[in-house]
Amino acid sequence: MFRPIDGVAPRRVITLCVDGREIQALQGDTLAMALLGAGVTPFRRTAVSGAPRAAFCLMGVCFDCLVDVDGRRNVQSCMVEALAGMNVSLPQGAGRMEGVA
Amino acid sequence: MKPIKEVDALVIGGGVVGLSLAYGMARAGDRVRVLDEGDDALRAARGNFGLVWVQGKGSANPSYASWTMDSVRHWPAFAAELRQRTGVDVELSQLGGFMMYLTEHELASQHERLESLRRQVGRDYPFQVLDHEGVRALVPCIGPEVAGATYCPLDGHVSPLRLLRALLQACATLGVQFHPGMRVDWIAYRDGLFHVHSGGLEHVAPRLVLAAGLGNKALAPTVGLKAPVVPNRGQILVTERLQPFLPYPTALVRQTGEGVVQIGDSKEDVGLDDRTTVDQLASIADRARRFFPLLESVNVVRTWGALRVMSPDGMPIYQSSTQCPGAFVVTCHSGVTLAAQHAGALVDWIRGGAEPADIHGFKAERFDVQTH
Amino acid sequence: MTHDLIVIGGGPAGISAALCAASMGLRAVVLDEQPKAGGQIYRNVGAADPRVVALLGRDYAHGRPLVERLARSGVEVHHGALVWDVAADLTVTALQNGRSIQLRAPQLIAATGALERPSPLPGWTLPGVLNAGAAQIAMKSGGAIPSGAVVLAGGGPLLLLVACQLLEAGANVAGVVETSPAINRVKALRHLPSALLAPAYLAKGLRMMRRLRAAGVPWYTRASELAVEGEDRARALRFNVGGRPLRLQADTVLLHHGVVPHTQLSRLLRVEHDWDETQLAWHPRVDAWGQTSLEGFRIAGDGASIAGALAAEASATIAALGAAHALRKLSDDERDHRARPQRRALAKHARIRPFLDALYRPPSWINTPSDDTIVCRCEEVSAGRIREMARLGCEGPNQTKFLSRCGMGPCQGRQCGIVVTQLLAQELQRTPAEIGAYRVRAPLKPVPLASIANLTIQASQEPAP
Repeated sequence: MFRPIDGVAPRRVITLCVDGREIQALQGDTLAMALLGAGVTPFRRTAVSGAPRAAFCLMGVCFDCLVDVDGRRNVQSCMVEALAGMNVSLPQGAGRMEGVA
Repeated sequence: MKPIKEVDALVIGGGVVGLSLAYGMARAGDRVRVLDEGDDALRAARGNFGLVWVQGKGSANPSYASWTMDSVRHWPAFAAELRQRTGVDVELSQLGGFMMYLTEHELASQHERLESLRRQVGRDYPFQVLDHEGVRALVPCIGPEVAGATYCPLDGHVSPLRLLRALLQACATLGVQFHPGMRVDWIAYRDGLFHVHSGGLEHVAPRLVLAAGLGNKALAPTVGLKAPVVPNRGQILVTERLQPFLPYPTALVRQTGEGVVQIGDSKEDVGLDDRTTVDQLASIADRARRFFPLLESVNVVRTWGALRVMSPDGMPIYQSSTQCPGAFVVTCHSGVTLAAQHAGALVDWIRGGAEPADIHGFKAERFDVQTH
Repeated sequence: MTHDLIVIGGGPAGISAALCAASMGLRAVVLDEQPKAGGQIYRNVGAADPRVVALLGRDYAHGRPLVERLARSGVEVHHGALVWDVAADLTVTALQNGRSIQLRAPQLIAATGALERPSPLPGWTLPGVLNAGAAQIAMKSGGAIPSGAVVLAGGGPLLLLVACQLLEAGANVAGVVETSPAINRVKALRHLPSALLAPAYLAKGLRMMRRLRAAGVPWYTRASELAVEGEDRARALRFNVGGRPLRLQADTVLLHHGVVPHTQLSRLLRVEHDWDETQLAWHPRVDAWGQTSLEGFRIAGDGASIAGALAAEASATIAALGAAHALRKLSDDERDHRARPQRRALAKHARIRPFLDALYRPPSWINTPSDDTIVCRCEEVSAGRIREMARLGCEGPNQTKFLSRCGMGPCQGRQCGIVVTQLLAQELQRTPAEIGAYRVRAPLKPVPLASIANLTIQASQEPAP
């Protein structure tokens, strides 16, 4: 959905894991930009109706870019930096409580 | 001042108590008008935790336990009726509820309290005392610090939000006139009629029901009644939506139909201050995670502060005025649990029926200082 | 008390307040949620690619010396610090690195800036629909642009600016759909004389329009009945011009109808707010020194009223002077003297505002959308549902929230509040001022329960103040 502007200096490529799939991102990008750059859509499906959502404001005020990161639930992906080796899972509805019968 | 068309009953207060009463009266055929304040009014109904609860109530007066048990017994029919009339499912769930304790001492105290209630109530008063393993068998996600819990199979929970919406809609379909943004200025009683002056208008009816929560304190004396209620603040934390993991409500933590977890059982004496405070929220959060460690990583999305309407002994005040016959005061802090009774048995009494035996002891006189 | 002054926000207002405070020897601290200073307007300006800086022009580059001065100033700055509560006694609680920290100062300046006015229309929640400002943030912080066809819709200087910047950056700008109603031009003319005193602004606007026209970007004005089409993502923007139905294929749709003050913190502190009918937004009531109705709590920059980044520097400096005076570090005369050039700057930047506010006044349907439009994105509550709540007897946003769940989600009303207020005003035939706004409480953003619970441990560990 997003691509680098022609002529910008190349940045180091890092890899992270999204729902078990490897994606590439540019070092320094927010996680949201990494997901947008890799064409990940939707970011999540809502707990209310399962509707597809992705980044909307990119400045931390809409809460639509929420993903689970390294075990943390519903993180604003536009507010965290994409790091090599990050483990991201895309929320499908309300969060599951692990280890509960 | 132009008088408005007469109705059979005026209800002051459009919270869960007022609307339950209005609904019951309208269902019985009365023409009812409800006067409610504005958006920024202190509304206990909006802060209700949602428990439909028997356990532990009535230690000072077993009639309260009995009255509560009747309400809980009538709740399923009440919920079904609301659903049938409005399509709104208030999400009543009555699987039983827990009061959990972190120390043996507290567990033992509660056990004793419930035993005493059982002896006094004079009808089947079911409960179980469970040790840690016993609780864990039913609620696997409890933390290691939980010493045990008391369980009552009659306890349950409901969505106060959906209940209020269902009541509003049901009232609307029954022709109840709902007047929001109306604060009562003064009430006069003349020739068997109540003249309620509010917002520049005069409302006239032969029957007046005061269900204005904390507002009852000032209004009651004007019609020969008393409602010595004071505010008691409760703060609540609400989490993000989660997949269902906690079917049983506890007095501190419950998971709603939407999947959010509501947390809080604090009690503070702070006057008319419904703000939330970080230290109280921290204390509530800390207790919650000790009972349910898995809540540690859950995000808290919002918090609430609400003022309970507390009488000196915590039990309801139900009274009919002798000075101004036709005026009633109805106040309690368990408006959700008692909603079924309010819409049913209490309305029968308000409409001229016999006073239910259980509520004989809920008059305001019981607070008067005895001088002997 | 841990400091003399706490500043919340690291944009041009926050930076300016901190620099001014430091210059007067105040112990100041800045709490910024972002990883680097600059706020949104100067986001990543310190590290942005030269091509991006060139593309975004002088206005963006202006932020670099600001950010550098802050870094050199030695002022204590906490980045990645999420302020989630401010108590009535001005104790600030913030989450940083998973841990809650608490600070307190007699003076607090909120410089939390603005956010884009929500543009509710059918389909606006689909992936691929973003705010125009988001596209700018993508350029600034990620050096990236939308990869397919981009259609921009709405009204306001930012709409044209972003369209031009995207064009310059090589994006496929497939159309600009302006929604400002015809009447705006007429009403804006009244303010033209004062606007002409700000020739630079006007010239910039005209230049942008010429660029886009010259590039052959399809341009539509006075559009209505906008809707985004698509199942799982945006595919096209549908709209009406003069009764004619039109459709533009789009992979990305960017919406913009101006910016409004971000008032979560001011609402949390329950200070007085006024509804501004010109900017169609809530303004926290502030005096000439940024002081709100809560002693010691000041607001500076776009968080008080929209006046732009340059005005934010001036108003924040004035607020810091006010704080210093309140702390008895400045006499009345010194304070007034230092404030004078700032006030001149404020007046200068204010000149264009009435014209812009009138010209880009959003169409009424963006503030009172059709029944089937989602207004509360978080809880998926439609405009129709909100109107129904009004008919049921809800007098304001808080009852409406309780009965419909709108405003209960993680954004806590940031995206829906202003629309809910105006919807209720329309339905109940009252003014937004009479309707009011959501009650805001801590946490200002969702935080893990543990970080709240851990405050009890910290309280017992820390020595009593």
